[in-house]
Amino acid sequence: MGGWLLLLDLAITHVVARGRQTLVAIAGVSLGVGFSIAMAALLHGSQEDFVDQLINAIPNVQISDERREAQRQPAQDVFADAQIENLSPRDDPRGIRNPVAMTSAIRAVVDGNVSEALTTQGVIRYAGRDTGVSLSGVVPEHELSVSKIGGDMTEGLLTDLNNRADAVVLGDNLVRSINAKLGDPITVVSPSGDVHRYRLVGIFNSGNNTADSSTGYLHLSTAQVFAGRPNAVNDIRIALNDPDSAPVVASWLEAQFGYKSVSWQEANQAILESFIVRDVIMYTVVAAILLVAGFGIYNIISTITHEKTRDIAIMKSLGFYERDMRRLFVMEGLAMGIGGSALGAVLGALLTVALGQIEFVNPESDDPITIRMTFSVIHYSIAIGIALGSAVFAAYMPASKASSLNPVDIIRGAT
Amino acid sequence: MALLEAKNATRILDETIKVTLVDNVSMTVGPGEFVAITGPSGSGKSSLLYLLGLLDLPTAGDVLVKGEATHDMTSDERARIRLQELGFIFQFHFLLPEFTARENVMLPMRRLAKLPARAQHERAGDLLASLGLEGHIDKRPDQLSGGQRQRVAVARALANDPALILADEPTGSLDSKATEQVFGILQNLVDISGRTILAVTHDMDLAARMDRRIHLVDGALESDGAAAGA
Ligand SMILES: Nc1ncnc2c1ncn2[C@@H]1O[C@H](COP(=O)(O)OP(=O)(O)O)[C@@H](O)[C@H]1O
Ligand SMILES: [Mg+2]
Repeated sequence: MGGWLLLLDLAITHVVARGRQTLVAIAGVSLGVGFSIAMAALLHGSQEDFVDQLINAIPNVQISDERREAQRQPAQDVFADAQIENLSPRDDPRGIRNPVAMTSAIRAVVDGNVSEALTTQGVIRYAGRDTGVSLSGVVPEHELSVSKIGGDMTEGLLTDLNNRADAVVLGDNLVRSINAKLGDPITVVSPSGDVHRYRLVGIFNSGNNTADSSTGYLHLSTAQVFAGRPNAVNDIRIALNDPDSAPVVASWLEAQFGYKSVSWQEANQAILESFIVRDVIMYTVVAAILLVAGFGIYNIISTITHEKTRDIAIMKSLGFYERDMRRLFVMEGLAMGIGGSALGAVLGALLTVALGQIEFVNPESDDPITIRMTFSVIHYSIAIGIALGSAVFAAYMPASKASSLNPVDIIRGAT
Repeated sequence: MALLEAKNATRILDETIKVTLVDNVSMTVGPGEFVAITGPSGSGKSSLLYLLGLLDLPTAGDVLVKGEATHDMTSDERARIRLQELGFIFQFHFLLPEFTARENVMLPMRRLAKLPARAQHERAGDLLASLGLEGHIDKRPDQLSGGQRQRVAVARALANDPALILADEPTGSLDSKATEQVFGILQNLVDISGRTILAVTHDMDLAARMDRRIHLVDGALESDGAAAGA
């Protein structure tokens, strides 16, 4: 349309005539957009890093032999009319029922790996002192496919559990506290009081202090003997090829089998919710930065409208509409917003790359640490969207004031 | 039908002390007339012209353009009439400083967007050439003399081929040679092109050369007629 082209022509002459001030306004917007993008990339990068660690630390989905709600007791059904309360179910040493059928059913439908385990408590006797230990009985090949334990082994291998029935793998802190070394005998007392002698075939360091000082692995069949629960499994761990699908998979499994199935997201709900709060804080800061950048635009549009009152008056007297004038100056502000956003997007990308390349020395290890940065179109869209919004807002106020002036007042004053 | 008509047009400045700029003026202007609005300084000549040109609203009475009452129109509708039916020339040229003579003349044409761009370009050049500005078409206002600028302003007033031209002391800031030139152009627009012009002037010699004189005193119409000076 011709009208817009005309306004564009006029806008260009105004903006060009105020070149230096325009550049300052554009620079303000581009700095705002650029740093906002880099900040979002940094924040979300570190969040993703953290989430990866969360995903690795615990199974994507963990099924235990508990139920979310206490099961109805047969007595409640039989004596339906009587009020029966506080019935507790019989201790069930079998754990998850039909674990073999259930794990193979899960393997058939779930896109990922499954490890069945019997986790039990024991006490290690050493030099007259008792140390509690949580022992997971696992099938090493299965466990390796769902956890990072394989990479955490500092001595021996998890698969060494296959080699002898009395093999045990322990966390390194625990091993140190009982002053043991690979090949040493370890005495563990079971919950029922039986004393078992095992042989230390492997040591791991997971990086998690609590786990390293209080957990260990047995072969599943060894653990079943240790706990006196033949064929029992009380813990099924699942690693999904798509960890994001964990909540859906978990609730499906829970509906299917009745056992409490917890996704990693549910287990870390509080942390994941805190990410939302952090996002809100970040985008509030982004909006504030870009609103301040908008002041530069407000400033220059005000200057231009003051300088051009005579031109505005004559154009209005020639027959331009009030809204033509308003559009003209809003377009000028928007043009600065667009220019600033384009430069800001480039600046943001450069900052993101640059920050991602900085290496920090980690005193604990030889590997230098780099900051993880996330690239996301959403970061760019939000920053640019807010920048353009505040540019239009900043230009609208002086534009609206200038466009409503009465041409007669100006014409009279000029003659 | 009258091209322009004022019906008891009154303009009172609404401040604490009421200043009456235009006092109950009624008049009509027909096609082809060359009308002078005269009167002492401060008598309300400009104020009347602003009312007749729909730049200002009467506080009482009305102004009719081609028989249509304008007081109750929206500001957009009045702007539309200014763009299409009226041409303005002020004492000060009011050209946009960043644009060339041609671009300034094209401005109302581009806003109206009736002619294709090519035709607008040509028409602006033709108008400027017809006012003796062949060599100055692509110059900016600051490269032109006062008389040349005022002729560019005349060309701009003619851009959309308006029925009526309103001029407020169009030669007020020009020397006698340029005054003669610009006045001659206006005269030709009436005599040769058959246009209608309403021009404020306090130059009684120029007024005497026009067809009709409307004389104001204190915002009120004191006399109206061809006989005033003759
Ligand atoms: N905004 C205003 N406030 C106060 N007085 C004004 C204002 N505008 C015009 N006037 C006064 O109104 C009168 C008419 O002004 P004007 O129409 O410009 O007269 P002219 O063009 O005949 O010299 C003058 O006395 C002028 O000073
Ligand atoms: Mg005047």
